[in-house]
Amino acid sequence: MSIDKQKEQGVQKEDSMWRQKEMINANYASLASAHENGRKIAATFVPGNLNELLMCFDLDRSLPETNALQNGMRKKSGRMIMDAERAGHSEDVCTYVKADLGMMQKGVGPTGDPLPKPDVLLLSYTGCFTFMKWFELVRDEYDCETTMLHVPYQADGKITKSMRDYVVKQLKEDVIPTLERVSGVKFDIDRLRGYLKESAKAEDDLVWVLQSAKNKPSPIDAYFGGVYYIGPIFTAFRGTPEATAYYNVLRQEIEQRIAQGQGPVTPEGDMGAERYRLITEGPPNWTSFRDFWKMFYDEGAVVVASTYTKVGGVYDLGFRHNSDEPLETLADYCLGCYTNLSLPKRVDMLVDYANEYEADGLLINSIKSCNSFSAGQLLMMREFEARTGKPAAFIETDLVDPRYFSAANVKNRIESYFQMVEQRRTQAA
Amino acid sequence: MSATEIIERCQALFDDLDFTAVKDWKAKNPGGKAIGYMPIYVPREIIHAAGMLPVGILGGGDQLEVIHGDAYYQSYICRIPRSTIELGVTGRLDCMDGMMFPSICDVIRNLSGMWQLMFEGKYVRYFDVPQNYEDGVGGSFYIHELKILRDDLSELAGRKITDADINNSIAVYNENRCAVADLYDYRAVKPWQASGSDVYLLIRAGMVLPVEEHTQLIREYLAAIEYEDRPVRDNCRVVVNGTFCEQPPLGLIKSIEMAGCYIVDDDFMLVTRWLLDDVATDGDPLKNLSEAFLHHSAATSAKYEPRKEDKGQFLIETVRQRGAEGVIFAAPSFCDPALLDRPMLQKALGKANIPYTAFKYAENSGQMQPIREQAGTFADSIKLWSV
Repeated sequence: MSIDKQKEQGVQKEDSMWRQKEMINANYASLASAHENGRKIAATFVPGNLNELLMCFDLDRSLPETNALQNGMRKKSGRMIMDAERAGHSEDVCTYVKADLGMMQKGVGPTGDPLPKPDVLLLSYTGCFTFMKWFELVRDEYDCETTMLHVPYQADGKITKSMRDYVVKQLKEDVIPTLERVSGVKFDIDRLRGYLKESAKAEDDLVWVLQSAKNKPSPIDAYFGGVYYIGPIFTAFRGTPEATAYYNVLRQEIEQRIAQGQGPVTPEGDMGAERYRLITEGPPNWTSFRDFWKMFYDEGAVVVASTYTKVGGVYDLGFRHNSDEPLETLADYCLGCYTNLSLPKRVDMLVDYANEYEADGLLINSIKSCNSFSAGQLLMMREFEARTGKPAAFIETDLVDPRYFSAANVKNRIESYFQMVEQRRTQAA
Repeated sequence: MSATEIIERCQALFDDLDFTAVKDWKAKNPGGKAIGYMPIYVPREIIHAAGMLPVGILGGGDQLEVIHGDAYYQSYICRIPRSTIELGVTGRLDCMDGMMFPSICDVIRNLSGMWQLMFEGKYVRYFDVPQNYEDGVGGSFYIHELKILRDDLSELAGRKITDADINNSIAVYNENRCAVADLYDYRAVKPWQASGSDVYLLIRAGMVLPVEEHTQLIREYLAAIEYEDRPVRDNCRVVVNGTFCEQPPLGLIKSIEMAGCYIVDDDFMLVTRWLLDDVATDGDPLKNLSEAFLHHSAATSAKYEPRKEDKGQFLIETVRQRGAEGVIFAAPSFCDPALLDRPMLQKALGKANIPYTAFKYAENSGQMQPIREQAGTFADSIKLWSV
C-alpha cells in the first residue's frame, strides 16, 4: 500500500516514521530505475558499510540484509528461502543469504519494484564470516565486479595501528580504484569529507535518541523501536541531508515525549505503564516482528538498550565519523561494529548497559542463522548474571525463516522471565 | 615396526583423549610448553621455534561424552566447539599452556573469546589471517600478526625467538610437508595398500607428536607398507572435501571405503598440507611464511576466492592430479564455510563433468548405514552406470 493511501486511511505514525518510510521507498524506486537513468548500483552489507564512500562515486546502494528483512516483514521470505534450498543451499546456513538468493531468482525487490542486478559488490567482511561466502554466491549469480574489504577482528578488544593500516591500504589500493573503474567517477576526498561531516551530525542525534532510554519511563523502545531508528544511518542514507533531517525530527519527537512523561510508541499506540526495563542481545525476528513486540508491550516491558542497534556502528561508546581523517575513520568504523568486538567486550557492554540504564535484566534472542551473534551467547548470559546479579533469559528464533518462530514457546519463555524478574523484586524488597 | 604396528600406535594416540603423548613430551622436556591450536591453519613453525610443542585440537570425536559443553551451545551450532569446551572444563587440556584459534568461522572466532573468559591466565590467541593476498597489503598485515605471535611466544618461553630459530623450524616442517606429500602421493597410486583410515590416523598422529617424530613415523610407514600385500579392490577413486574442521568419525572414513570408494585425496587436517611448497629457509622467515601463505597455500572454504573463474579450480585440479573419478562432499552439520561454499564447488564440478555426492555428519555420528548406502550408490553410479 502506498504511503499516501495509508495516510488517507488514517494510519497513525509519527512524522519520523513517515519520513523514513518515504526514504526507504524512494531508495527502492531509485534502484528499480537506476540503470534506465544511467546510474550504477553497488550492493554492500550493513555492518561496516561505506555509504559515504559509495556516494562519492554516484552509486545507488542496495543492502542485501535489508532486502531480506524487508521481505521477512512482508511475509515473503519463507518462499524465497525454500526456493534457495531447492536450488541446493543447505538448510543449516544463514537465512538472510537464502532469502537474498531466492529473491534474486525473481528479480523483484521487497516493495514489488524490480531490483536490477548490481554493477559492483562491495564486500565489507566485518564481523561475520558468512558475508564472505554470501558475496561469492551473489557474484556467482550476477557475474559482476566484486571488491573485498577484509576487516580484522578485535579479538583483544582494541583497534591496533596494524589493523587500521591494513583496512586503509585496502581502501586505497583496491576498493577505491575498483569503484572508480566501475562508476567512471574519480574519487574526490573532499566530497567524502562533506558526507562524513553530515554523518557525524546524524550520529550525534542518534546517540541522543538511544540514550534517552535512561529516562524513566523510557520514551523509546531501544530494540523494537530501535530497529526503525537505526534504519537510515545503518543503510543507504548515512551521510545524506535526508538522514540528518530524519534524526533531527526524531530527536524533537522524543524530546516531546520526555517532556510529556510518555513511554514508547507501539504499533497499537502509546505503551501503558512501564513495568520492566530490559537489555536485549541479538537481532529480532522479522517474520513475526509485530507479534514478537506485542509480547513485550502487552506486559509493560520496554527494551532500554540493545546490542542489535550497534551492528552498524557502536556510536554510543563515542565513535563518530571524523572528516579530518576520512579513510582512517572509515577503517575505525568498520573495525568497531558490534559483531566485530570480542566476546569479553560484548559482555562488558551488556553489563554497562544494565547498570547505566537501570535495567531489570537481560533477554537474549538467539538467532539460528547468525553464528556471529549466537555462538557464545549462553556463556555471555552466565557472565552477565554473575556480574550484575540480574536475571537473564534465552529465547531462540530466526531472522527471516518463519519456520523457526514458535510464538507459543517464545511467549511462554518471556512470561516466565517476567515472573522471575518479579520474584527477584519481591526478594529484594 | 610393521605398517600394522605403526597404525596401531597411531590408533592409540587417536583414542587418547587425555593427551598423554603431550604430557610425556613435557615430562621429557622440563619447562617445555604445549600450545593447542584449532583447525585450519596456524604457522606451527613459530611455536616449534620457541621450543614448544604444537598440538592440534580437533574436538572430542565420537568417544567423548559431552555433558558440560552442550550447556554452552544452542542446538544449531556445530559439535566441535562444544566437545572442545568439554575437553577444557574436564581438565583434559590443562597440559596446554596456550590455545590458538585461527580465523576460520564465527564459531571458532567466538570460542577464542569464550576461552579468554573461561580459562583466565592461559595464553589465548585469535590468529587472524588476511583475506587480501597482496604482499604489500594482506602480507604486511599478516607479517605483523606473525610478529605478535613470535613476541608472545618469546615471552611465554622466556627467551628470544631468533630468525635462525624460525628458519630452522621451517626446514623441519618442510621435511614433514614432504613426508606428508609422499604419503598422499603413495596412496593415490596404491590406495589398496595405504587405506584412507591408515592415512588419516598417520596424519592425525602428527597433531600430538613432535614434528620430527611424526616425519620419521610416516617414513617408516611408507617403507613398511611395501612389505604388506593387501588386496586390490574394484573401488572407485574419490576426493573427500569439506572435512577441514570438525573431523568425521573414523567409522565414517572406513564406511566410505567399505562402500567401494578409495579416498585418494582429502582435506581432513589441512594444517599439514596448507602450504603447498617448501618455504624458503634463508632470509626473513616471517616474510617467507607470509609469501607461502599468500601465494602457495591450499584453497579451502574458509578463504576468499578473489576471482570468480578460479572458484573450484583447486578442487578440480586435485581430482585430475589424483586420477579421481568423483568427489564426496562431507561437511559437518552447521558448518558455515563448508556448506555455504558447497553449491559453488558443485557447480564448478558440474561444468567439469566430475560426479559428486554430498552428506553431512557430526564428529559423534553413530549411524553409518546411510553413509555407506549413499557412498555405495555413488560408487556404483561411477563404476557400473557411467559411460
